[in-house]
Amino acid sequence: MPLPSTCAKDRIPAGGGVGLKAEHYRAIVEQRPDIGFFEVHAENYMGAGGPPHRYLSAIRERYLQRLNQLIRRYAPGLFSEHLAWSSHDSGFLNDLLPVPYTAETLARVVEHIDQVQNGLGRQMLLENPSTYLAFAESTYSEIDFIAEVVRRTGCGLLLDVNNVYVASTNQEWDPIAYIDAYPLMHVQEIHLAGYTREADDKGRRLLIDTHNRPVDEIVWDLYAHAIALMGPLPTLIEWDADVPAWSALKAEADRAEAIMLATKSKAVRHASAR
Amino acid sequence: MLQLAERQREFAAALLDPARPMPDGLVGPDGEPGPKRFAVYRNNVVVGLTETLKDAFPAVHRIVGADFFRAMARCYVTLDPPRSPILLDYGAGFPDFIGQFEPAAVLPYLADVARIERAWTEAYHALEASPIDPGVFTTVSPDQLPAMRLGLHPSVRVVHSPFPALTIWQMNVSDGVPAPVDLAAGGEDVLIVRPMADVEVRSIPKGSLEFIQALKDGRSVLAALEAGLIANPHFDLSANLSDLMRAGAVVDYSLAPDVKRT
Repeated sequence: MPLPSTCAKDRIPAGGGVGLKAEHYRAIVEQRPDIGFFEVHAENYMGAGGPPHRYLSAIRERYLQRLNQLIRRYAPGLFSEHLAWSSHDSGFLNDLLPVPYTAETLARVVEHIDQVQNGLGRQMLLENPSTYLAFAESTYSEIDFIAEVVRRTGCGLLLDVNNVYVASTNQEWDPIAYIDAYPLMHVQEIHLAGYTREADDKGRRLLIDTHNRPVDEIVWDLYAHAIALMGPLPTLIEWDADVPAWSALKAEADRAEAIMLATKSKAVRHASAR
Repeated sequence: MLQLAERQREFAAALLDPARPMPDGLVGPDGEPGPKRFAVYRNNVVVGLTETLKDAFPAVHRIVGADFFRAMARCYVTLDPPRSPILLDYGAGFPDFIGQFEPAAVLPYLADVARIERAWTEAYHALEASPIDPGVFTTVSPDQLPAMRLGLHPSVRVVHSPFPALTIWQMNVSDGVPAPVDLAAGGEDVLIVRPMADVEVRSIPKGSLEFIQALKDGRSVLAALEAGLIANPHFDLSANLSDLMRAGAVVDYSLAPDVKRT
Protein backbone atom coordinates (compact mmCIF):
# COMPACT_ATOMS: atom_id res chain seq x y z
CA MET A 1 0.00 0.00 0.00
CA PRO A 2 1.20 3.55 -0.56
CA LEU A 3 2.50 4.98 2.67
CA PRO A 4 2.47 8.55 3.86
CA SER A 5 5.80 9.99 2.87
CA THR A 6 7.80 10.92 5.92
CA CYS A 7 10.74 11.52 3.71
CA ALA A 8 13.91 12.57 5.38
CA LYS A 9 14.72 15.46 3.14
CA ASP A 10 12.26 17.83 4.80
CA ARG A 11 13.44 17.22 8.32
CA ILE A 12 16.79 15.51 8.81
CA PRO A 13 19.50 17.53 7.09
CA ALA A 14 22.02 15.79 4.85
CA GLY A 15 24.75 16.43 7.38
CA GLY A 16 26.83 14.52 9.90
CA GLY A 17 25.06 13.18 12.98
CA VAL A 18 25.95 11.09 16.04
CA GLY A 19 24.29 8.76 18.52
CA LEU A 20 23.16 10.60 21.67
CA LYS A 21 25.12 9.26 24.67
CA ALA A 22 24.31 9.82 28.36
CA GLU A 23 27.91 10.86 29.02
CA HIS A 24 27.54 13.73 26.52
CA TYR A 25 24.14 15.07 27.72
CA ARG A 26 25.65 17.85 29.78
CA ALA A 27 28.20 18.98 27.17
CA ILE A 28 25.52 19.11 24.49
CA VAL A 29 23.02 21.06 26.59
CA GLU A 30 25.74 23.54 27.60
CA GLN A 31 27.59 23.92 24.31
CA ARG A 32 24.72 23.66 21.83
CA PRO A 33 27.00 22.20 19.18
CA ASP A 34 26.18 22.76 15.55
CA ILE A 35 25.50 19.23 14.35
CA GLY A 36 23.24 17.70 11.72
CA PHE A 37 21.16 15.44 13.94
CA PHE A 38 21.10 13.10 16.92
CA GLU A 39 20.03 9.46 16.85
CA VAL A 40 18.50 7.70 19.86
CA HIS A 41 17.72 4.05 20.58
CA ALA A 42 14.05 3.85 21.46
CA GLU A 43 14.61 1.13 24.10
CA ASN A 44 16.82 3.48 26.12
CA TYR A 45 13.91 5.90 26.52
CA MET A 46 11.22 3.41 27.46
CA GLY A 47 11.62 4.05 31.18
CA ALA A 48 8.74 6.22 32.40
CA GLY A 49 10.83 9.20 33.50
CA GLY A 50 14.18 10.20 34.89
CA PRO A 51 17.25 12.00 33.55
CA PRO A 52 17.15 10.32 30.10
CA HIS A 53 13.83 12.05 29.39
CA ARG A 54 14.86 15.29 31.06
CA TYR A 55 17.94 15.56 28.86
CA LEU A 56 16.30 14.34 25.69
CA SER A 57 13.57 16.92 26.21
CA ALA A 58 16.11 19.66 26.84
CA ILE A 59 18.26 18.75 23.85
CA ARG A 60 15.24 18.38 21.62
CA GLU A 61 13.94 21.75 22.78
CA ARG A 62 17.21 23.46 21.83
CA TYR A 63 17.22 21.98 18.38
CA LEU A 64 13.56 22.76 17.80
CA GLN A 65 14.38 26.41 18.43
CA ARG A 66 17.56 26.45 16.44
CA LEU A 67 16.70 24.42 13.41
CA ASN A 68 12.95 24.82 13.34
CA GLN A 69 12.87 21.68 11.28
CA LEU A 70 11.33 19.14 13.55
CA ILE A 71 7.59 19.18 13.40
CA ARG A 72 6.37 17.21 16.33
CA ARG A 73 8.14 16.59 19.57
CA TYR A 74 9.66 13.12 19.66
CA ALA A 75 8.50 12.29 16.16
CA PRO A 76 11.78 11.19 14.61
CA GLY A 77 12.65 12.15 11.09
CA LEU A 78 13.73 8.66 10.21
CA PHE A 79 12.94 5.28 11.61
CA SER A 80 15.18 2.35 10.80
CA GLU A 81 15.69 -1.26 11.78
CA HIS A 82 18.26 -3.89 10.90
CA LEU A 83 17.82 -6.88 8.65
CA ALA A 84 18.36 -9.23 11.58
CA TRP A 85 16.58 -10.94 14.45
CA SER A 86 17.08 -10.85 18.20
CA SER A 87 13.88 -12.13 19.81
CA HIS A 88 12.67 -15.68 19.76
CA ASP A 89 10.81 -18.17 22.00
CA SER A 90 13.76 -18.29 24.34
CA GLY A 91 13.65 -14.55 24.99
CA PHE A 92 15.59 -11.54 23.80
CA LEU A 93 19.19 -11.95 22.66
CA ASN A 94 20.78 -8.53 22.53
CA ASP A 95 22.58 -8.95 19.26
CA LEU A 96 21.75 -8.56 15.58
CA LEU A 97 21.55 -12.19 14.48
CA PRO A 98 21.76 -13.22 10.83
CA VAL A 99 19.03 -14.75 8.70
CA PRO A 100 19.20 -17.29 5.88
CA TYR A 101 18.32 -15.58 2.59
CA THR A 102 15.48 -17.89 1.54
CA ALA A 103 11.93 -17.45 0.23
CA GLU A 104 10.60 -18.36 3.67
CA THR A 105 12.69 -15.68 5.40
CA LEU A 106 11.72 -13.16 2.71
CA ALA A 107 8.02 -13.78 3.36
CA ARG A 108 8.55 -13.41 7.11
CA VAL A 109 10.58 -10.19 6.83
CA VAL A 110 8.05 -8.67 4.41
CA GLU A 111 5.22 -9.55 6.80
CA HIS A 112 7.01 -7.93 9.74
CA ILE A 113 7.88 -4.75 7.84
CA ASP A 114 4.26 -4.46 6.68
CA GLN A 115 3.19 -4.72 10.33
CA VAL A 116 5.64 -2.03 11.41
CA GLN A 117 4.79 0.39 8.60
CA ASN A 118 1.06 -0.06 8.98
CA GLY A 119 1.28 0.15 12.77
CA LEU A 120 3.35 3.33 12.75
CA GLY A 121 1.64 4.80 9.72
CA ARG A 122 4.98 5.67 8.21
CA GLN A 123 7.75 4.30 6.10
CA MET A 124 10.67 2.56 7.78
CA LEU A 125 14.22 2.11 6.56
CA LEU A 126 15.87 -1.31 6.45
CA GLU A 127 19.59 -1.51 7.20
CA ASN A 128 22.06 -3.94 5.62
CA PRO A 129 23.68 -6.17 8.29
CA SER A 130 27.27 -6.95 9.17
CA THR A 131 27.56 -10.73 9.09
CA TYR A 132 30.19 -13.18 10.29
CA LEU A 133 28.90 -16.35 8.65
CA ALA A 134 26.54 -17.51 5.91
CA PHE A 135 23.68 -20.01 5.94
CA ALA A 136 24.30 -22.94 3.61
CA GLU A 137 20.60 -22.97 2.64
CA SER A 138 20.54 -19.35 1.35
CA THR A 139 19.17 -19.05 -2.19
CA TYR A 140 19.27 -15.24 -2.61
CA SER A 141 22.26 -12.93 -2.56
CA GLU A 142 22.02 -10.35 0.21
CA ILE A 143 21.41 -7.54 -2.27
CA ASP A 144 18.73 -9.45 -4.22
CA PHE A 145 17.06 -10.25 -0.92
CA ILE A 146 17.07 -6.60 0.21
CA ALA A 147 15.90 -5.37 -3.20
CA GLU A 148 12.98 -7.79 -3.12
CA VAL A 149 12.00 -6.65 0.40
CA VAL A 150 11.95 -3.04 -0.86
CA ARG A 151 9.88 -4.00 -3.89
CA ARG A 152 7.29 -5.85 -1.81
CA THR A 153 6.99 -3.47 1.17
CA GLY A 154 7.81 -0.01 -0.14
CA CYS A 155 10.24 0.46 2.74
CA GLY A 156 13.26 2.72 2.36
CA LEU A 157 16.86 1.71 2.92
CA LEU A 158 19.69 2.64 5.20
CA LEU A 159 23.15 1.93 3.84
CA ASP A 160 25.64 1.09 6.60
CA VAL A 161 28.96 1.49 4.79
CA ASN A 162 30.93 -0.07 7.63
CA ASN A 163 28.62 -3.09 7.51
CA VAL A 164 29.23 -3.33 3.77
CA TYR A 165 32.98 -3.48 4.39
CA VAL A 166 32.74 -5.87 7.36
CA ALA A 167 30.36 -8.27 5.59
CA SER A 168 32.28 -8.05 2.30
CA THR A 169 35.55 -8.93 4.02
CA ASN A 170 33.98 -11.76 6.03
CA GLN A 171 32.08 -13.20 3.05
CA GLU A 172 34.78 -12.41 0.46
CA TRP A 173 32.61 -10.05 -1.58
CA ASP A 174 33.78 -6.92 -3.43
CA PRO A 175 32.57 -3.93 -1.35
CA ILE A 176 32.56 -1.53 -4.32
CA ALA A 177 30.47 -3.95 -6.35
CA TYR A 178 28.15 -4.34 -3.34
CA ILE A 179 27.53 -0.57 -3.17
CA ASP A 180 27.13 -0.29 -6.94
CA ALA A 181 24.51 -3.07 -6.94
CA TYR A 182 22.64 -1.86 -3.83
CA PRO A 183 19.22 -0.30 -4.59
CA LEU A 184 20.71 3.16 -4.03
CA MET A 185 17.65 5.09 -5.18
CA HIS A 186 15.88 3.93 -2.00
CA VAL A 187 18.66 4.89 0.42
CA GLN A 188 17.70 7.75 2.77
CA GLU A 189 20.40 7.51 5.43
CA ILE A 190 23.99 6.30 5.84
CA HIS A 191 25.76 4.81 8.85
CA LEU A 192 29.51 4.81 9.51
CA ALA A 193 31.39 3.09 12.34
CA GLY A 194 34.66 1.51 13.40
CA TYR A 195 35.40 -2.22 13.31
CA THR A 196 37.81 -4.62 15.03
CA ARG A 197 40.14 -7.05 13.23
CA GLU A 198 40.15 -10.73 14.15
CA ALA A 199 40.77 -14.00 12.31
CA ASP A 200 38.57 -17.04 11.66
CA ASP A 201 39.41 -20.74 12.15
CA LYS A 202 41.54 -20.78 9.00
CA GLY A 203 43.36 -17.53 9.70
CA ARG A 204 41.26 -15.51 7.25
CA ARG A 205 40.43 -11.92 8.17
CA LEU A 206 37.27 -11.69 10.26
CA LEU A 207 36.08 -8.14 10.96
CA ILE A 208 33.78 -7.42 13.90
CA ASP A 209 31.33 -4.51 13.85
CA THR A 210 32.32 -3.13 17.26
CA HIS A 211 31.47 0.60 17.07
CA ASN A 212 34.35 1.28 19.46
CA ARG A 213 36.82 3.34 17.43
CA PRO A 214 37.12 5.86 14.57
CA VAL A 215 35.78 5.04 11.12
CA ASP A 216 38.48 3.22 9.14
CA GLU A 217 40.14 5.01 6.18
CA ILE A 218 38.93 2.37 3.73
CA VAL A 219 35.35 2.89 4.97
CA TRP A 220 35.71 6.65 4.44
CA ASP A 221 36.78 5.86 0.84
CA LEU A 222 33.75 3.63 0.34
CA TYR A 223 31.60 6.37 1.83
CA ALA A 224 32.93 8.91 -0.66
CA HIS A 225 32.16 6.43 -3.44
CA ALA A 226 28.58 6.01 -2.16
CA ILE A 227 28.11 9.79 -1.80
CA ALA A 228 29.37 10.31 -5.35
CA LEU A 229 26.63 7.97 -6.55
CA MET A 230 23.81 9.28 -4.35
CA GLY A 231 24.57 12.85 -3.35
CA PRO A 232 24.51 14.12 0.26
CA LEU A 233 22.50 12.08 2.79
CA PRO A 234 22.05 12.14 6.57
CA THR A 235 25.11 10.29 7.85
CA LEU A 236 25.31 8.87 11.36
CA ILE A 237 28.57 8.14 13.16
CA GLU A 238 27.99 5.08 15.36
CA TRP A 239 30.42 4.97 18.30
CA ASP A 240 28.82 3.02 21.14
CA ALA A 241 31.67 1.43 23.14
CA ASP A 242 34.80 3.16 24.49
CA VAL A 243 32.89 6.37 23.71
CA PRO A 244 35.37 9.22 23.15
CA ALA A 245 35.21 12.82 24.31
CA TRP A 246 32.48 14.83 22.64
CA SER A 247 34.97 16.74 20.47
CA ALA A 248 36.38 13.51 19.00
CA LEU A 249 32.93 12.18 18.17
CA LYS A 250 31.90 15.50 16.67
CA ALA A 251 35.06 15.53 14.51
CA GLU A 252 33.93 12.29 12.85
CA ALA A 253 30.55 13.84 11.98
CA ASP A 254 32.37 16.93 10.65
CA ARG A 255 34.52 14.74 8.43
CA ALA A 256 31.40 13.16 6.91
CA GLU A 257 30.08 16.64 6.15
CA ALA A 258 33.37 17.68 4.61
CA ILE A 259 33.28 14.65 2.30
CA MET A 260 29.71 15.46 1.27
CA LEU A 261 30.68 19.05 0.50
CA ALA A 262 33.76 17.98 -1.46
CA THR A 263 32.11 15.24 -3.47
CA LYS A 264 30.42 16.07 -6.72
CA SER A 265 27.61 13.61 -7.08
CA LYS A 266 27.31 11.98 -10.46
CA ALA A 267 23.62 11.48 -10.13
CA VAL A 268 21.01 12.42 -7.59
CA ARG A 269 18.48 9.75 -8.21
CA HIS A 270 16.43 9.58 -5.13
CA ALA A 271 13.16 7.73 -4.99
CA SER A 272 12.33 9.75 -1.89
CA ALA A 273 13.00 13.11 -3.54
CA ARG A 274 9.46 13.39 -4.74
CA MET B 1 15.44 -28.09 4.75
CA LEU B 2 14.93 -26.77 8.24
CA GLN B 3 12.11 -24.33 8.81
CA LEU B 4 13.15 -20.80 9.73
CA ALA B 5 11.62 -21.03 13.22
CA GLU B 6 13.50 -24.25 13.96
CA ARG B 7 16.70 -22.68 12.59
CA GLN B 8 16.29 -19.71 14.93
CA ARG B 9 15.50 -21.97 17.89
CA GLU B 10 18.67 -24.02 17.51
CA PHE B 11 20.73 -20.87 16.83
CA ALA B 12 19.42 -19.19 20.00
CA ALA B 13 19.87 -22.29 22.15
CA ALA B 14 23.49 -22.74 21.04
CA LEU B 15 24.23 -19.04 21.63
CA LEU B 16 23.44 -19.21 25.34
CA ASP B 17 24.84 -22.68 26.05
CA PRO B 18 28.55 -23.02 25.23
CA ALA B 19 28.26 -26.80 25.76
CA ARG B 20 26.00 -27.13 22.73
CA PRO B 21 27.66 -27.61 19.36
CA MET B 22 27.31 -25.00 16.64
CA PRO B 23 24.26 -25.72 14.43
CA ASP B 24 24.97 -27.30 11.03
CA GLY B 25 25.15 -25.27 7.85
CA LEU B 26 26.70 -22.09 9.27
CA VAL B 27 29.62 -21.52 6.98
CA GLY B 28 32.49 -19.30 5.90
CA PRO B 29 33.08 -18.14 2.32
CA ASP B 30 34.48 -21.57 1.38
CA GLY B 31 31.23 -23.28 2.42
CA GLU B 32 32.95 -24.97 5.38
CA PRO B 33 31.65 -24.67 8.98
CA GLY B 34 33.18 -21.75 10.88
CA PRO B 35 33.04 -22.23 14.67
CA LYS B 36 35.00 -19.02 15.33
CA ARG B 37 32.48 -17.19 13.20
CA PHE B 38 29.60 -18.51 15.28
CA ALA B 39 31.58 -17.66 18.43
CA VAL B 40 31.39 -13.96 17.46
CA TYR B 41 27.61 -14.03 17.96
CA ARG B 42 27.93 -16.10 21.14
CA ASN B 43 30.44 -13.63 22.53
CA ASN B 44 28.40 -10.57 21.48
CA VAL B 45 25.33 -11.80 23.33
CA VAL B 46 27.08 -12.84 26.54
CA VAL B 47 29.44 -9.85 26.68
CA GLY B 48 26.62 -7.45 25.86
CA LEU B 49 24.41 -8.73 28.67
CA THR B 50 27.32 -8.94 31.11
CA GLU B 51 28.14 -5.29 30.35
CA THR B 52 24.50 -4.36 30.90
CA LEU B 53 24.66 -5.95 34.36
CA LYS B 54 28.00 -4.33 35.12
CA ASP B 55 26.56 -0.89 34.33
CA ALA B 56 23.50 -1.58 36.49
CA PHE B 57 25.43 -3.02 39.47
CA PRO B 58 28.63 -0.93 39.74
CA ALA B 59 29.17 -1.45 43.50
CA VAL B 60 28.76 -5.23 43.23
CA HIS B 61 31.27 -5.12 40.37
CA ARG B 62 33.72 -3.11 42.44
CA ILE B 63 33.35 -5.35 45.50
CA VAL B 64 33.94 -8.68 43.75
CA GLY B 65 36.28 -7.46 40.98
CA ALA B 66 36.01 -7.77 37.22
CA ASP B 67 36.85 -11.48 36.87
CA PHE B 68 34.48 -12.70 39.57
CA PHE B 69 31.72 -10.41 38.30
CA ARG B 70 32.12 -11.62 34.72
CA ALA B 71 31.92 -15.27 35.81
CA MET B 72 28.90 -14.63 38.03
CA ALA B 73 27.11 -12.58 35.36
CA ARG B 74 27.75 -15.24 32.71
CA CYS B 75 25.98 -17.83 34.89
CA TYR B 76 23.05 -15.47 35.41
CA VAL B 77 22.78 -14.54 31.73
CA THR B 78 22.56 -18.21 30.77
CA LEU B 79 19.93 -18.99 33.41
CA ASP B 80 17.83 -15.85 33.03
CA PRO B 81 18.23 -14.22 29.61
CA PRO B 82 16.16 -11.06 29.06
CA ARG B 83 12.52 -11.50 28.12
CA SER B 84 12.22 -8.02 26.65
CA PRO B 85 14.32 -5.79 24.41
CA ILE B 86 14.00 -3.04 27.03
CA LEU B 87 17.25 -3.71 28.83
CA LEU B 88 16.45 -1.12 31.51
CA ASP B 89 14.34 -3.92 32.97
CA TYR B 90 17.11 -6.51 32.80
CA GLY B 91 18.68 -7.62 36.07
CA ALA B 92 15.59 -7.55 38.31
CA GLY B 93 16.36 -11.15 39.27
CA PHE B 94 20.11 -10.61 39.68
CA PRO B 95 20.06 -9.78 43.45
CA ASP B 96 18.17 -13.00 44.28
CA PHE B 97 20.52 -14.94 42.02
CA ILE B 98 23.53 -13.49 43.88
CA GLY B 99 21.95 -14.56 47.18
CA GLN B 100 21.97 -18.17 45.95
CA PHE B 101 25.28 -18.09 44.08
CA GLU B 102 27.51 -20.45 46.08
CA PRO B 103 30.87 -18.81 45.33
CA ALA B 104 29.51 -15.49 46.68
CA ALA B 105 28.33 -17.02 49.97
CA VAL B 106 31.38 -15.60 51.76
CA LEU B 107 29.96 -12.11 51.06
CA PRO B 108 26.53 -12.47 52.73
CA TYR B 109 25.72 -8.77 52.26
CA LEU B 110 26.35 -8.81 48.49
CA ALA B 111 22.74 -9.60 47.50
CA ASP B 112 21.50 -6.66 49.60
CA VAL B 113 24.00 -4.28 48.00
CA ALA B 114 22.62 -5.51 44.67
CA ARG B 115 19.05 -4.85 45.91
CA ILE B 116 20.01 -1.23 46.66
CA GLU B 117 21.51 -0.88 43.17
CA ARG B 118 18.45 -2.41 41.52
CA ALA B 119 16.18 -0.06 43.50
CA TRP B 120 18.40 2.84 42.39
CA THR B 121 17.91 1.88 38.72
CA GLU B 122 14.15 1.51 39.13
CA ALA B 123 13.94 4.88 40.90
CA TYR B 124 16.06 6.50 38.16
CA HIS B 125 13.62 5.44 35.43
CA ALA B 126 10.40 5.86 37.42
CA LEU B 127 7.54 8.10 36.31
CA GLU B 128 7.88 11.82 37.09
CA ALA B 129 5.75 13.25 39.90
CA SER B 130 5.85 16.45 41.97
CA PRO B 131 6.30 16.18 45.75
CA ILE B 132 3.56 18.03 47.62
CA ASP B 133 4.19 21.11 49.72
CA PRO B 134 4.49 20.04 53.38
CA GLY B 135 2.33 23.07 54.21
CA VAL B 136 -0.82 21.31 53.00
CA PHE B 137 -0.77 19.17 56.13
CA THR B 138 -1.59 22.18 58.27
CA THR B 139 -5.13 21.95 56.92
CA VAL B 140 -5.50 18.34 58.10
CA SER B 141 -7.03 18.02 61.56
CA PRO B 142 -5.53 15.44 63.97
CA ASP B 143 -8.66 13.29 63.91
CA GLN B 144 -8.48 13.02 60.10
CA LEU B 145 -4.89 11.73 60.19
CA PRO B 146 -5.46 8.04 61.01
CA ALA B 147 -7.69 7.40 57.99
CA MET B 148 -5.57 9.46 55.61
CA ARG B 149 -3.78 7.75 52.72
CA LEU B 150 -0.58 9.09 51.24
CA GLY B 151 0.36 8.80 47.59
CA LEU B 152 4.08 8.08 47.51
CA HIS B 153 6.39 9.10 44.67
CA PRO B 154 6.51 6.38 41.99
CA SER B 155 10.28 6.15 42.53
CA VAL B 156 10.02 5.17 46.21
CA ARG B 157 11.76 1.87 47.02
CA VAL B 158 12.80 0.36 50.37
CA VAL B 159 15.46 -2.26 51.03
CA HIS B 160 15.99 -4.18 54.26
CA SER B 161 19.31 -5.77 55.10
CA PRO B 162 20.47 -7.66 58.21
CA PHE B 163 23.92 -6.29 57.30
CA PRO B 164 25.27 -2.71 56.97
CA ALA B 165 24.58 -2.95 53.21
CA LEU B 166 24.04 0.79 52.74
CA THR B 167 27.39 1.61 54.36
CA ILE B 168 29.07 -0.94 52.11
CA TRP B 169 27.28 0.38 49.02
CA GLN B 170 28.33 3.98 49.81
CA MET B 171 31.97 2.88 50.14
CA ASN B 172 31.84 1.31 46.69
CA VAL B 173 30.19 3.96 44.52
CA SER B 174 31.74 7.03 42.90
CA ASP B 175 34.11 8.63 45.41
CA GLY B 176 33.57 6.01 48.12
CA VAL B 177 36.61 4.64 49.94
CA PRO B 178 36.35 1.03 51.14
CA ALA B 179 37.16 0.58 54.82
CA PRO B 180 36.72 -2.27 57.31
CA VAL B 181 33.05 -2.83 58.19
CA ASP B 182 31.78 -4.71 61.22
CA LEU B 183 29.21 -7.08 59.72
CA ALA B 184 27.85 -7.84 63.18
CA ALA B 185 27.15 -4.14 63.84
CA GLY B 186 23.49 -4.60 62.90
CA GLY B 187 21.28 -4.26 59.87
CA GLU B 188 20.32 -1.20 57.84
CA ASP B 189 17.03 -0.22 56.28
CA VAL B 190 17.23 1.98 53.22
CA LEU B 191 14.92 4.44 51.43
CA ILE B 192 15.56 5.14 47.76
CA VAL B 193 13.63 8.00 46.09
CA ARG B 194 14.09 10.34 43.13
CA PRO B 195 11.91 13.39 43.92
CA MET B 196 13.48 15.51 41.15
CA ALA B 197 16.47 14.76 38.91
CA ASP B 198 18.71 12.91 41.37
CA VAL B 199 18.25 9.55 43.04
CA GLU B 200 18.61 9.93 46.82
CA VAL B 201 19.56 6.99 49.02
CA ARG B 202 19.31 7.27 52.80
CA SER B 203 19.29 5.16 55.94
CA ILE B 204 15.95 5.04 57.75
CA PRO B 205 15.27 4.16 61.41
CA LYS B 206 13.84 0.85 62.55
CA GLY B 207 10.13 0.54 61.73
CA SER B 208 10.21 3.12 58.92
CA LEU B 209 10.58 0.47 56.23
CA GLU B 210 7.42 -1.31 57.38
CA PHE B 211 5.62 2.04 57.67
CA ILE B 212 6.63 3.15 54.15
CA GLN B 213 5.85 -0.26 52.67
CA ALA B 214 2.33 -0.14 54.15
CA LEU B 215 1.75 3.37 52.76
CA LYS B 216 3.08 2.23 49.40
CA ASP B 217 0.57 -0.63 49.45
CA GLY B 218 -2.18 1.99 49.74
CA ARG B 219 -2.98 1.40 53.40
CA SER B 220 -4.08 4.14 55.81
CA VAL B 221 -1.71 6.11 58.04
CA LEU B 222 -3.15 4.21 61.03
CA ALA B 223 -2.50 0.80 59.45
CA ALA B 224 0.99 1.93 58.48
CA LEU B 225 1.61 3.19 62.02
CA GLU B 226 0.65 -0.24 63.37
CA ALA B 227 3.09 -1.90 60.96
CA GLY B 228 5.81 0.50 62.14
CA LEU B 229 5.05 -0.16 65.82
CA ILE B 230 5.23 -3.93 65.39
CA ALA B 231 8.76 -3.52 64.02
CA ASN B 232 9.75 -0.86 66.57
CA PRO B 233 7.75 -0.17 69.78
CA HIS B 234 9.30 3.32 69.88
CA PHE B 235 8.20 4.18 66.33
CA ASP B 236 7.69 7.96 66.07
CA LEU B 237 4.82 8.80 63.69
CA SER B 238 5.29 12.56 63.39
CA ALA B 239 9.06 12.27 62.88
CA ASN B 240 8.52 9.64 60.19
CA LEU B 241 5.86 11.69 58.40
CA SER B 242 8.02 14.80 58.35
CA ASP B 243 11.07 12.81 57.18
CA LEU B 244 9.03 11.42 54.30
CA MET B 245 7.79 14.88 53.35
CA ARG B 246 11.29 16.32 53.50
CA ALA B 247 12.60 13.48 51.35
CA GLY B 248 10.10 14.53 48.66
CA ALA B 249 8.57 11.07 48.85
CA VAL B 250 4.93 12.21 49.17
CA VAL B 251 3.12 13.38 46.04
CA ASP B 252 -0.53 13.09 47.00
CA TYR B 253 -2.89 12.42 49.89
CA SER B 254 -6.54 11.65 50.38
CA LEU B 255 -8.85 12.05 53.32
CA ALA B 256 -11.23 9.11 53.43
CA PRO B 257 -13.12 9.13 56.74
CA ASP B 258 -15.25 6.13 55.92
CA VAL B 259 -12.57 3.69 54.77
CA LYS B 260 -12.23 0.49 56.67
CA ARG B 261 -9.09 -0.23 58.58
CA THR B 262 -6.92 -2.58 56.62
